[in-house]
Amino acid sequence: MKLVIFAGPPTCGKTTVIRQILKRMAAKLIKTAYLKIDVLYADDDTIIAKEFGIPVKKIYSGELCPDHCNVVVLDEAVEWAERSGASYLFVETAGLCLRCSPYVENSLGVVVLEATSGMNLPRKIGPMLTLADISVITKIDLISQAEREVFRYRVLESAKKITVVESNALYGIGIDPIVKQILKTPDVEFPMFLRGNPPVGTCTICVGKKEIGAKNHFGVLRTLDQELFYVGE
Amino acid sequence: MDVNKITLFGGFGKDGSAEKVRKFSMTVGDIVSIVGPTGCGKTTLINDIELFANENTPSGRRVEINDMPVPEDFIFDPSHHPIALISQHTNFLSDLPVVEFLTIHATVRGAKNVESIITETLSFANELTGEAIMQDIAMTELSGGQTRSLLIADAVVIGNSPIILLDEIENAGIHRTKALELLKKYKKIFVFVTHDPCIALMSDFRIVMKNGAMQQLIITRPEEKNVVAKMKQIDDMMLDFRQIIRSGDELSESIFNENFKVLTF
Repeated sequence: MKLVIFAGPPTCGKTTVIRQILKRMAAKLIKTAYLKIDVLYADDDTIIAKEFGIPVKKIYSGELCPDHCNVVVLDEAVEWAERSGASYLFVETAGLCLRCSPYVENSLGVVVLEATSGMNLPRKIGPMLTLADISVITKIDLISQAEREVFRYRVLESAKKITVVESNALYGIGIDPIVKQILKTPDVEFPMFLRGNPPVGTCTICVGKKEIGAKNHFGVLRTLDQELFYVGE
Repeated sequence: MDVNKITLFGGFGKDGSAEKVRKFSMTVGDIVSIVGPTGCGKTTLINDIELFANENTPSGRRVEINDMPVPEDFIFDPSHHPIALISQHTNFLSDLPVVEFLTIHATVRGAKNVESIITETLSFANELTGEAIMQDIAMTELSGGQTRSLLIADAVVIGNSPIILLDEIENAGIHRTKALELLKKYKKIFVFVTHDPCIALMSDFRIVMKNGAMQQLIITRPEEKNVVAKMKQIDDMMLDFRQIIRSGDELSESIFNENFKVLTF
Protein backbone atom coordinates (compact mmCIF):
# COMPACT_ATOMS: atom_id res chain seq x y z
CA MET A 1 0.00 0.00 0.00
CA LYS A 2 1.22 3.45 -0.90
CA LEU A 3 0.11 6.33 1.27
CA VAL A 4 -0.33 9.95 0.20
CA ILE A 5 -1.27 12.41 2.95
CA PHE A 6 -2.68 15.82 2.05
CA ALA A 7 -2.73 18.51 4.71
CA GLY A 8 -3.55 22.19 4.60
CA PRO A 9 -5.67 24.90 6.18
CA PRO A 10 -9.45 24.79 5.59
CA THR A 11 -10.70 25.98 2.15
CA CYS A 12 -7.19 26.07 0.66
CA GLY A 13 -8.22 23.81 -2.21
CA LYS A 14 -7.08 20.37 -0.98
CA THR A 15 -10.10 18.56 -2.34
CA THR A 16 -9.87 20.30 -5.72
CA VAL A 17 -6.23 19.28 -6.03
CA ILE A 18 -7.06 15.70 -4.99
CA ARG A 19 -9.89 15.42 -7.51
CA GLN A 20 -7.59 16.50 -10.32
CA ILE A 21 -5.04 13.90 -9.20
CA LEU A 22 -7.67 11.16 -8.89
CA LYS A 23 -8.77 11.92 -12.44
CA ARG A 24 -5.25 11.25 -13.68
CA MET A 25 -4.82 8.16 -11.47
CA ALA A 26 -8.07 6.76 -12.88
CA ALA A 27 -6.84 7.40 -16.42
CA LYS A 28 -3.78 5.30 -15.58
CA LEU A 29 -6.09 2.54 -14.22
CA ILE A 30 -4.52 2.78 -10.77
CA LYS A 31 -6.83 1.76 -7.90
CA THR A 32 -7.18 4.37 -5.16
CA ALA A 33 -9.06 4.75 -1.89
CA TYR A 34 -9.83 8.01 -0.10
CA LEU A 35 -10.06 8.88 3.58
CA LYS A 36 -11.25 12.27 4.76
CA ILE A 37 -10.51 13.47 8.29
CA ASP A 38 -12.29 16.61 9.34
CA VAL A 39 -13.51 18.14 12.57
CA LEU A 40 -17.21 18.82 12.28
CA TYR A 41 -18.37 18.64 8.70
CA ALA A 42 -17.26 17.34 5.32
CA ASP A 43 -19.06 16.11 2.23
CA ASP A 44 -16.04 15.55 0.01
CA ASP A 45 -16.22 11.79 0.52
CA THR A 46 -19.65 11.53 -1.11
CA ILE A 47 -18.60 13.87 -3.93
CA ILE A 48 -15.49 11.82 -4.63
CA ALA A 49 -17.33 8.49 -4.36
CA LYS A 50 -19.87 9.73 -6.88
CA GLU A 51 -17.31 11.18 -9.26
CA PHE A 52 -14.76 8.37 -9.26
CA GLY A 53 -16.59 5.35 -7.87
CA ILE A 54 -13.69 4.55 -5.52
CA PRO A 55 -13.91 3.31 -1.90
CA VAL A 56 -14.18 6.31 0.44
CA LYS A 57 -14.36 6.81 4.18
CA LYS A 58 -14.92 9.83 6.35
CA ILE A 59 -14.11 10.30 9.98
CA TYR A 60 -14.98 13.24 12.20
CA SER A 61 -12.25 13.94 14.72
CA GLY A 62 -14.79 15.67 16.98
CA GLU A 63 -13.16 16.18 20.35
CA LEU A 64 -9.66 15.46 19.00
CA CYS A 65 -7.60 17.49 16.59
CA PRO A 66 -7.60 16.00 13.08
CA ASP A 67 -3.89 15.17 13.13
CA HIS A 68 -4.34 13.36 16.45
CA CYS A 69 -7.27 11.49 14.99
CA ASN A 70 -5.14 10.58 11.98
CA VAL A 71 -2.51 9.00 14.24
CA VAL A 72 -5.13 6.95 16.03
CA VAL A 73 -6.94 5.56 12.99
CA LEU A 74 -4.38 5.41 10.18
CA ASP A 75 -3.31 1.78 10.67
CA GLU A 76 -6.91 0.59 10.43
CA ALA A 77 -7.43 2.85 7.43
CA VAL A 78 -4.51 1.30 5.56
CA GLU A 79 -5.92 -2.17 6.26
CA TRP A 80 -9.33 -1.04 5.05
CA ALA A 81 -7.85 0.35 1.83
CA GLU A 82 -5.95 -2.89 1.27
CA ARG A 83 -9.11 -4.97 1.78
CA SER A 84 -10.95 -2.79 -0.72
CA GLY A 85 -8.38 -3.60 -3.39
CA ALA A 86 -6.70 -0.19 -3.65
CA SER A 87 -2.97 0.23 -4.15
CA TYR A 88 -2.98 3.88 -3.08
CA LEU A 89 -4.64 5.45 -0.04
CA PHE A 90 -5.18 9.21 -0.23
CA VAL A 91 -5.73 10.82 3.16
CA GLU A 92 -7.05 14.36 3.37
CA THR A 93 -6.77 16.02 6.76
CA ALA A 94 -7.46 19.50 8.04
CA GLY A 95 -4.52 19.71 10.45
CA LEU A 96 -5.34 22.70 12.58
CA CYS A 97 -3.11 23.67 15.48
CA LEU A 98 0.15 23.66 13.46
CA ARG A 99 2.29 22.07 16.19
CA CYS A 100 2.56 18.69 14.53
CA SER A 101 2.04 17.22 11.08
CA PRO A 102 0.18 14.16 9.84
CA TYR A 103 2.90 12.75 7.54
CA VAL A 104 4.06 9.20 8.14
CA GLU A 105 7.48 7.79 7.25
CA ASN A 106 7.53 6.29 3.75
CA SER A 107 4.38 8.16 2.80
CA LEU A 108 4.24 11.13 0.46
CA GLY A 109 3.38 14.31 2.38
CA VAL A 110 1.61 17.00 0.37
CA VAL A 111 0.85 20.35 1.94
CA VAL A 112 -1.66 22.51 0.08
CA LEU A 113 -1.41 26.26 0.64
CA GLU A 114 -3.39 29.02 -0.98
CA ALA A 115 -1.41 31.91 -2.36
CA THR A 116 -4.14 34.27 -1.22
CA SER A 117 -3.49 33.61 2.47
CA GLY A 118 -0.69 36.14 2.53
CA MET A 119 3.08 36.19 2.15
CA ASN A 120 3.68 35.29 5.79
CA LEU A 121 1.80 32.00 5.78
CA PRO A 122 4.85 29.84 4.94
CA ARG A 123 6.55 31.23 8.05
CA LYS A 124 3.58 30.50 10.29
CA ILE A 125 2.63 26.90 9.75
CA GLY A 126 5.64 24.95 10.96
CA PRO A 127 5.85 21.15 10.53
CA MET A 128 2.83 20.89 8.26
CA LEU A 129 5.09 22.61 5.70
CA THR A 130 8.61 21.78 6.82
CA LEU A 131 8.01 18.00 6.99
CA ALA A 132 6.10 17.77 3.70
CA ASP A 133 7.59 16.48 0.44
CA ILE A 134 5.55 18.64 -1.91
CA SER A 135 4.03 22.04 -1.40
CA VAL A 136 1.16 22.80 -3.76
CA ILE A 137 0.40 26.50 -4.00
CA THR A 138 -3.15 27.11 -5.20
CA LYS A 139 -5.10 30.13 -6.46
CA ILE A 140 -1.96 31.57 -8.04
CA ASP A 141 -3.97 33.51 -10.61
CA LEU A 142 -5.40 35.82 -7.95
CA ILE A 143 -2.29 37.49 -6.57
CA SER A 144 0.40 39.77 -7.89
CA GLN A 145 3.55 38.37 -9.44
CA ALA A 146 5.52 39.96 -6.63
CA GLU A 147 3.57 38.27 -3.85
CA ARG A 148 3.68 34.99 -5.71
CA GLU A 149 7.45 35.17 -5.89
CA VAL A 150 7.77 36.11 -2.24
CA PHE A 151 5.38 33.32 -1.22
CA ARG A 152 7.39 30.72 -3.14
CA TYR A 153 10.66 32.08 -1.79
CA ARG A 154 9.38 31.82 1.76
CA VAL A 155 8.15 28.27 1.25
CA LEU A 156 11.65 27.31 0.15
CA GLU A 157 13.16 29.28 3.00
CA SER A 158 11.13 27.21 5.52
CA ALA A 159 11.45 23.87 3.76
CA LYS A 160 14.64 23.81 1.71
CA LYS A 161 14.22 20.43 0.05
CA ILE A 162 10.52 20.64 -0.69
CA THR A 163 9.19 20.43 -4.25
CA VAL A 164 7.09 23.51 -4.96
CA VAL A 165 4.24 23.16 -7.42
CA GLU A 166 2.20 26.20 -8.36
CA SER A 167 -1.27 25.22 -9.39
CA ASN A 168 -4.51 26.61 -10.64
CA ALA A 169 -6.30 23.42 -9.66
CA LEU A 170 -9.71 24.51 -10.93
CA TYR A 171 -8.31 24.22 -14.45
CA GLY A 172 -6.07 21.25 -13.72
CA ILE A 173 -2.96 23.36 -14.16
CA GLY A 174 0.20 22.16 -12.43
CA ILE A 175 -1.18 18.73 -11.45
CA ASP A 176 1.06 16.50 -13.59
CA PRO A 177 4.27 17.06 -11.56
CA ILE A 178 2.40 16.00 -8.39
CA VAL A 179 1.18 12.81 -10.03
CA LYS A 180 4.70 12.07 -11.16
CA GLN A 181 5.95 12.21 -7.55
CA ILE A 182 2.99 10.18 -6.31
CA LEU A 183 3.92 7.38 -8.71
CA LYS A 184 7.40 7.27 -7.15
CA THR A 185 6.08 6.83 -3.59
CA PRO A 186 7.39 3.66 -1.86
CA ASP A 187 5.17 1.20 0.03
CA VAL A 188 4.44 2.01 3.68
CA GLU A 189 6.08 -0.22 6.24
CA PHE A 190 4.55 -1.49 9.46
CA PRO A 191 4.66 -0.43 12.20
CA MET A 192 4.08 3.07 10.83
CA PHE A 193 5.74 6.05 12.50
CA LEU A 194 4.99 9.73 12.40
CA ARG A 195 7.61 11.86 10.71
CA GLY A 196 9.18 14.36 13.09
CA ASN A 197 8.46 14.84 16.75
CA PRO A 198 4.98 15.52 18.04
CA PRO A 199 4.63 18.30 20.62
CA VAL A 200 5.21 17.24 24.21
CA GLY A 201 2.30 16.65 26.54
CA THR A 202 -1.32 15.66 26.46
CA CYS A 203 -3.82 18.37 25.82
CA THR A 204 -6.26 18.62 28.68
CA ILE A 205 -8.39 21.03 26.70
CA CYS A 206 -8.62 18.50 23.88
CA VAL A 207 -10.05 16.00 26.34
CA GLY A 208 -12.69 18.37 27.62
CA LYS A 209 -11.41 20.35 30.62
CA LYS A 210 -12.86 23.83 30.18
CA GLU A 211 -11.70 25.53 33.36
CA ILE A 212 -9.26 28.38 32.77
CA GLY A 213 -6.02 28.48 34.75
CA ALA A 214 -2.98 26.22 35.18
CA LYS A 215 -4.23 24.90 38.55
CA ASN A 216 -7.10 23.17 36.75
CA HIS A 217 -4.88 21.34 34.27
CA PHE A 218 -2.10 18.79 34.21
CA GLY A 219 0.78 17.91 31.93
CA VAL A 220 3.27 20.53 30.82
CA LEU A 221 2.01 23.87 32.13
CA ARG A 222 3.31 27.40 32.17
CA THR A 223 2.86 30.69 33.98
CA LEU A 224 2.28 33.98 32.27
CA ASP A 225 6.02 34.62 32.63
CA GLN A 226 6.74 31.55 30.47
CA GLU A 227 7.91 29.36 33.38
CA LEU A 228 7.31 25.77 32.35
CA PHE A 229 6.42 23.12 34.91
CA TYR A 230 4.92 19.67 34.95
CA VAL A 231 1.99 18.32 36.95
CA GLY A 232 1.02 14.68 36.72
CA GLU A 233 2.38 11.17 36.99
CA MET B 1 18.69 30.92 -17.95
CA ASP B 2 18.74 33.79 -20.45
CA VAL B 3 15.57 33.87 -22.48
CA ASN B 4 16.13 35.27 -25.96
CA LYS B 5 13.36 33.61 -27.85
CA ILE B 6 10.07 31.94 -27.07
CA THR B 7 8.20 29.81 -29.58
CA LEU B 8 4.61 28.64 -29.37
CA PHE B 9 3.44 25.65 -31.39
CA GLY B 10 -0.29 25.62 -32.16
CA GLY B 11 -2.65 22.97 -30.81
CA PHE B 12 -6.40 22.74 -31.11
CA GLY B 13 -9.38 25.08 -30.97
CA LYS B 14 -12.53 24.56 -28.93
CA ASP B 15 -14.04 22.32 -31.63
CA GLY B 16 -10.95 20.09 -31.67
CA SER B 17 -9.70 21.17 -35.08
CA ALA B 18 -6.07 22.16 -35.54
CA GLU B 19 -5.18 25.83 -35.15
CA LYS B 20 -4.44 27.66 -38.38
CA VAL B 21 -1.37 29.35 -36.92
CA ARG B 22 0.91 26.36 -36.38
CA LYS B 23 3.82 28.23 -34.85
CA PHE B 24 5.07 31.69 -33.95
CA SER B 25 8.17 33.03 -32.25
CA MET B 26 8.90 36.13 -30.22
CA THR B 27 12.37 37.47 -29.59
CA VAL B 28 13.61 40.05 -27.10
CA GLY B 29 12.33 43.51 -28.00
CA ASP B 30 9.11 42.20 -29.59
CA ILE B 31 5.72 43.59 -28.73
CA VAL B 32 2.89 41.25 -29.61
CA SER B 33 -0.87 41.60 -29.26
CA ILE B 34 -3.52 38.93 -28.96
CA VAL B 35 -6.85 40.12 -30.34
CA GLY B 36 -10.31 38.65 -30.82
CA PRO B 37 -13.83 38.79 -29.40
CA THR B 38 -14.51 38.10 -25.71
CA GLY B 39 -14.42 34.39 -24.91
CA CYS B 40 -12.32 33.50 -27.96
CA GLY B 41 -9.45 32.12 -25.87
CA LYS B 42 -7.02 35.02 -25.62
CA THR B 43 -6.42 34.56 -21.90
CA THR B 44 -6.02 30.80 -22.32
CA LEU B 45 -3.31 31.49 -24.87
CA ILE B 46 -1.22 33.60 -22.51
CA ASN B 47 -1.85 31.10 -19.71
CA ASP B 48 -0.34 28.43 -21.97
CA ILE B 49 2.72 30.60 -22.44
CA GLU B 50 3.02 31.26 -18.72
CA LEU B 51 2.81 27.56 -17.89
CA PHE B 52 5.27 26.50 -20.60
CA ALA B 53 2.52 24.30 -21.98
CA ASN B 54 3.86 21.01 -23.21
CA GLU B 55 0.82 19.42 -24.81
CA ASN B 56 -0.48 19.07 -21.24
CA THR B 57 -3.10 21.83 -21.27
CA PRO B 58 -6.56 21.56 -22.89
CA SER B 59 -5.31 23.39 -26.02
CA GLY B 60 -2.51 20.91 -26.71
CA ARG B 61 -0.07 23.76 -27.36
CA ARG B 62 3.66 23.54 -26.78
CA VAL B 63 6.22 26.16 -25.76
CA GLU B 64 9.93 26.19 -26.50
CA ILE B 65 12.48 28.58 -25.06
CA ASN B 66 15.58 29.42 -27.12
CA ASP B 67 14.48 26.65 -29.54
CA MET B 68 14.66 24.06 -26.77
CA PRO B 69 11.78 22.23 -25.08
CA VAL B 70 11.21 23.24 -21.45
CA PRO B 71 11.94 20.25 -19.17
CA GLU B 72 8.67 18.84 -17.84
CA ASP B 73 9.22 19.39 -14.15
CA PHE B 74 11.48 22.35 -14.63
CA ILE B 75 11.05 24.63 -11.65
CA PHE B 76 12.37 28.13 -11.72
CA ASP B 77 14.15 29.67 -8.84
CA PRO B 78 11.70 32.42 -7.80
CA SER B 79 14.40 35.02 -8.22
CA HIS B 80 14.87 34.06 -11.87
CA HIS B 81 11.37 33.33 -13.06
CA PRO B 82 11.33 34.51 -16.67
CA ILE B 83 7.62 35.24 -17.00
CA ALA B 84 5.45 37.80 -15.25
CA LEU B 85 1.70 37.62 -15.87
CA ILE B 86 -0.58 40.48 -14.95
CA SER B 87 -4.11 39.22 -15.36
CA GLN B 88 -7.44 40.92 -14.94
CA HIS B 89 -7.88 39.23 -11.55
CA THR B 90 -4.38 39.91 -10.32
CA ASN B 91 -4.29 42.01 -7.19
CA PHE B 92 -2.14 42.95 -4.26
CA LEU B 93 -3.32 41.32 -1.05
CA SER B 94 -0.60 42.54 1.24
CA ASP B 95 -1.42 45.48 3.47
CA LEU B 96 2.23 46.42 3.92
CA PRO B 97 3.26 49.98 3.08
CA VAL B 98 4.29 50.34 -0.59
CA VAL B 99 8.00 50.83 0.00
CA GLU B 100 8.26 48.01 2.52
CA PHE B 101 6.49 45.66 0.12
CA LEU B 102 8.71 46.61 -2.80
CA THR B 103 11.78 46.15 -0.60
CA ILE B 104 10.74 42.57 0.19
CA HIS B 105 10.21 41.80 -3.48
CA ALA B 106 13.48 43.43 -4.54
CA THR B 107 15.35 41.48 -1.86
CA VAL B 108 13.80 38.17 -2.92
CA ARG B 109 14.75 39.01 -6.50
CA GLY B 110 18.34 39.54 -5.35
CA ALA B 111 18.52 43.23 -6.33
CA LYS B 112 21.86 44.87 -5.58
CA ASN B 113 20.78 48.43 -5.05
CA VAL B 114 17.36 48.09 -3.48
CA GLU B 115 16.81 51.78 -2.84
CA SER B 116 17.44 52.96 -6.39
CA ILE B 117 15.43 50.16 -7.95
CA ILE B 118 12.45 51.12 -5.78
CA THR B 119 12.75 54.76 -6.81
CA GLU B 120 12.79 53.65 -10.45
CA THR B 121 9.75 51.42 -9.92
CA LEU B 122 7.74 54.16 -8.28
CA SER B 123 8.57 56.78 -10.87
CA PHE B 124 7.66 54.31 -13.63
CA ALA B 125 4.33 53.60 -11.94
CA ASN B 126 3.68 57.28 -11.42
CA GLU B 127 4.11 57.97 -15.13
CA LEU B 128 1.28 55.56 -15.83
CA THR B 129 -1.20 56.57 -13.20
CA GLY B 130 -3.29 59.67 -12.71
CA GLU B 131 -2.55 60.23 -9.04
CA ALA B 132 0.97 59.72 -7.72
CA ILE B 133 1.50 56.77 -5.36
CA MET B 134 2.36 57.75 -1.79
CA GLN B 135 5.28 55.72 -0.46
CA ASP B 136 3.87 54.91 2.95
CA ILE B 137 0.32 54.08 1.91
CA ALA B 138 -0.71 50.40 2.31
CA MET B 139 -0.76 48.33 -0.87
CA THR B 140 -4.43 47.53 -0.34
CA GLU B 141 -5.30 51.23 -0.16
CA LEU B 142 -4.06 51.91 -3.69
CA SER B 143 -6.72 52.77 -6.25
CA GLY B 144 -7.47 50.45 -9.17
CA GLY B 145 -5.33 52.48 -11.58
CA GLN B 146 -2.48 52.83 -9.10
CA THR B 147 -2.57 49.09 -8.42
CA ARG B 148 -2.36 48.21 -12.14
CA SER B 149 0.42 50.75 -12.65
CA LEU B 150 2.44 49.39 -9.77
CA LEU B 151 1.84 45.79 -10.84
CA ILE B 152 3.30 46.62 -14.25
CA ALA B 153 6.18 48.72 -12.89
CA ASP B 154 7.06 46.04 -10.33
CA ALA B 155 7.05 43.28 -12.95
CA VAL B 156 9.17 45.30 -15.38
CA VAL B 157 11.68 46.92 -13.04
CA ILE B 158 12.02 44.75 -9.93
CA GLY B 159 10.86 41.46 -11.46
CA ASN B 160 13.00 42.21 -14.50
CA SER B 161 11.32 39.23 -16.15
CA PRO B 162 12.28 38.90 -19.82
CA ILE B 163 8.72 38.00 -20.77
CA ILE B 164 5.77 40.06 -19.58
CA LEU B 165 2.18 39.07 -20.28
CA LEU B 166 -0.42 41.79 -19.81
CA ASP B 167 -4.12 40.97 -19.90
CA GLU B 168 -6.30 43.93 -20.94
CA ILE B 169 -4.41 46.77 -19.31
CA GLU B 170 -6.65 49.24 -21.14
CA ASN B 171 -9.33 48.55 -18.54
CA ALA B 172 -7.11 49.82 -15.77
CA GLY B 173 -7.56 53.57 -16.19
CA ILE B 174 -3.88 54.08 -16.97
CA HIS B 175 -2.23 55.96 -19.83
CA ARG B 176 -1.89 53.01 -22.19
CA THR B 177 -0.03 54.45 -25.17
CA LYS B 178 2.43 56.05 -22.77
CA ALA B 179 2.74 52.70 -21.03
CA LEU B 180 3.66 51.11 -24.33
CA GLU B 181 6.26 53.74 -25.13
CA LEU B 182 7.79 53.37 -21.68
CA LEU B 183 7.79 49.60 -21.92
CA LYS B 184 9.54 49.72 -25.30
CA LYS B 185 12.62 51.13 -23.59
CA TYR B 186 13.07 47.87 -21.69
CA LYS B 187 14.44 45.04 -23.79
CA LYS B 188 11.82 42.41 -23.19
CA ILE B 189 9.08 40.41 -24.85
CA PHE B 190 5.70 42.00 -24.17
CA VAL B 191 2.48 40.18 -24.96
CA PHE B 192 -0.73 42.17 -24.72
CA VAL B 193 -4.18 40.66 -24.63
CA THR B 194 -6.16 43.62 -25.86
CA HIS B 195 -9.32 45.06 -27.35
CA ASP B 196 -7.57 48.37 -27.93
CA PRO B 197 -6.76 49.24 -31.57
CA CYS B 198 -3.83 51.51 -30.58
CA ILE B 199 -2.11 48.80 -28.57
CA ALA B 200 -2.75 46.24 -31.31
CA LEU B 201 -1.30 48.44 -34.05
CA MET B 202 1.66 49.59 -31.96
CA SER B 203 2.68 45.92 -31.72
CA ASP B 204 5.10 44.26 -34.11
CA PHE B 205 2.52 41.65 -34.95
CA ARG B 206 -0.82 40.43 -33.71
CA ILE B 207 -2.44 37.03 -33.34
CA VAL B 208 -6.13 36.92 -34.19
CA MET B 209 -8.14 34.42 -32.13
CA LYS B 210 -11.53 32.83 -32.74
CA ASN B 211 -13.18 29.81 -31.11
CA GLY B 212 -10.20 29.08 -28.92
CA ALA B 213 -7.86 28.88 -31.90
CA MET B 214 -5.16 31.10 -33.40
CA GLN B 215 -6.54 32.04 -36.82
CA GLN B 216 -4.10 34.56 -38.24
CA LEU B 217 -0.77 36.20 -37.61
CA ILE B 218 -0.73 39.74 -38.97
CA ILE B 219 2.50 41.71 -39.14
CA THR B 220 1.84 45.42 -38.66
CA ARG B 221 2.40 47.07 -42.07
CA PRO B 222 3.90 50.59 -42.45
CA GLU B 223 0.47 51.86 -43.49
CA GLU B 224 -1.00 50.65 -40.20
CA LYS B 225 1.87 52.34 -38.35
CA ASN B 226 0.85 55.61 -40.03
CA VAL B 227 -2.76 55.04 -39.04
CA VAL B 228 -1.85 54.35 -35.43
CA ALA B 229 0.12 57.59 -35.25
CA LYS B 230 -3.12 59.40 -36.10
CA MET B 231 -5.15 57.27 -33.71
CA LYS B 232 -2.73 58.18 -30.94
CA GLN B 233 -3.44 61.85 -31.55
CA ILE B 234 -7.16 61.18 -31.17
CA ASP B 235 -6.42 59.09 -28.11
CA ASP B 236 -4.35 61.87 -26.55
CA MET B 237 -7.13 64.35 -27.32
CA MET B 238 -9.65 62.13 -25.54
CA LEU B 239 -7.26 61.83 -22.58
CA ASP B 240 -7.04 65.63 -22.42
CA PHE B 241 -10.84 65.80 -22.31
CA ARG B 242 -10.84 63.12 -19.63
CA GLN B 243 -8.38 65.13 -17.59
CA ILE B 244 -10.60 68.22 -17.87
CA ILE B 245 -13.66 66.32 -16.65
CA ARG B 246 -11.67 64.54 -13.92
CA SER B 247 -10.35 67.75 -12.46
CA GLY B 248 -13.83 69.21 -12.14
CA ASP B 249 -13.73 71.57 -15.11
CA GLU B 250 -16.32 71.79 -17.85
CA LEU B 251 -15.91 71.18 -21.56
CA SER B 252 -16.97 73.84 -24.04
CA GLU B 253 -17.39 73.90 -27.81
CA SER B 254 -14.37 76.15 -28.07
CA ILE B 255 -12.11 73.86 -25.99
CA PHE B 256 -13.26 70.94 -28.09
CA ASN B 257 -12.64 72.76 -31.38
CA GLU B 258 -9.27 73.99 -30.24
CA ASN B 259 -8.15 70.46 -29.36
CA PHE B 260 -9.62 69.10 -32.53
CA LYS B 261 -7.79 71.67 -34.66
CA VAL B 262 -4.43 70.51 -33.28
CA LEU B 263 -4.87 67.16 -34.96
CA THR B 264 -2.41 67.14 -37.84
CA PHE B 265 -4.45 65.23 -40.39
